[in-house]
Amino acid sequence: MSAKPVGILRFLGTNCDRDVWQAVEALGLTPKWLWHEDHFNPADYSSFVLPGGFSYGDYLRCGALAAKAPVMKSLGEAAAKGAPVLGICNGFQILCEARLLPGVLVRNESRKFIDKWVTLKPAGKSAWLNDLSKPLRLPIAHGEGRFHSEDDVLKKLNDQGQVWLKYEGGAPNGSLQDIAGVTNEAGNVAGLMPHPERAIHDWMGGEDGRAILGSMLS
Amino acid sequence: MKIGVKILPRNEVLDTQGRAVEGTLKAHGRSVNQARVGKYVQLDVAETDEAKALAKAKEIAEFVLYNPLIETFELEVVGPVRK
Repeated sequence: MSAKPVGILRFLGTNCDRDVWQAVEALGLTPKWLWHEDHFNPADYSSFVLPGGFSYGDYLRCGALAAKAPVMKSLGEAAAKGAPVLGICNGFQILCEARLLPGVLVRNESRKFIDKWVTLKPAGKSAWLNDLSKPLRLPIAHGEGRFHSEDDVLKKLNDQGQVWLKYEGGAPNGSLQDIAGVTNEAGNVAGLMPHPERAIHDWMGGEDGRAILGSMLS
Repeated sequence: MKIGVKILPRNEVLDTQGRAVEGTLKAHGRSVNQARVGKYVQLDVAETDEAKALAKAKEIAEFVLYNPLIETFELEVVGPVRK
């Protein structure tokens, strides 16, 4: 276990930050806030989480304005150096808009906000996924979670093992190929629409979020 | 000078808003072949030279206003053009 803290990024409109903080603590790690105006030294942190929410009110496009925030410059440097970076829900959207992850998340096919528990199949080739083999139960809560990318990019993502999470039994939001999460080419930056931080203790409805956060951040 | 940035979803991307508009129009006897819903951003820039103003607006559109994966954009000069 690293003694360095897990940086949790907060933008105006982030609202799952406290949940992520408590999940990180529950895993025995030390969380530390990173404000959207901050610049930081990547070497001072072990890993990073971009929590869910509605940064900048989802104005323009989900995640588009947060992707230009000052803290994202330092995060880009950290990602380039191989630091683990996990984007959850709106955090996933921000990483896509920042071009740290491929593709984009658009409005659910049904046009409805979907809030329910789903079963997910881990896939992908990144080393940190080694401990994830069995299906996971996690909650989703989003209006714009339909993964979209161009055909050639989609093929590349599959060929290179960058699709790390898929919805079992079909994507509730209409995602291409039932994609729920992708990584960058190096595998150290990952995004997912489900909320692992909402599945940490049995009383929350399940503990499967621990496996994802633990694998990615420890 | 004011420059308008017209942003539309790309044809290959399912436009859920457009589809909702189509449904309502159809329900009220006003069917159309297709409705596409986009955004319009008006930029008031300091540049008075049209070419320079358009170049600045293009840079801004590509910086943040549109996402090439899902959208296209067009620029237009708003209001009377001084020759």
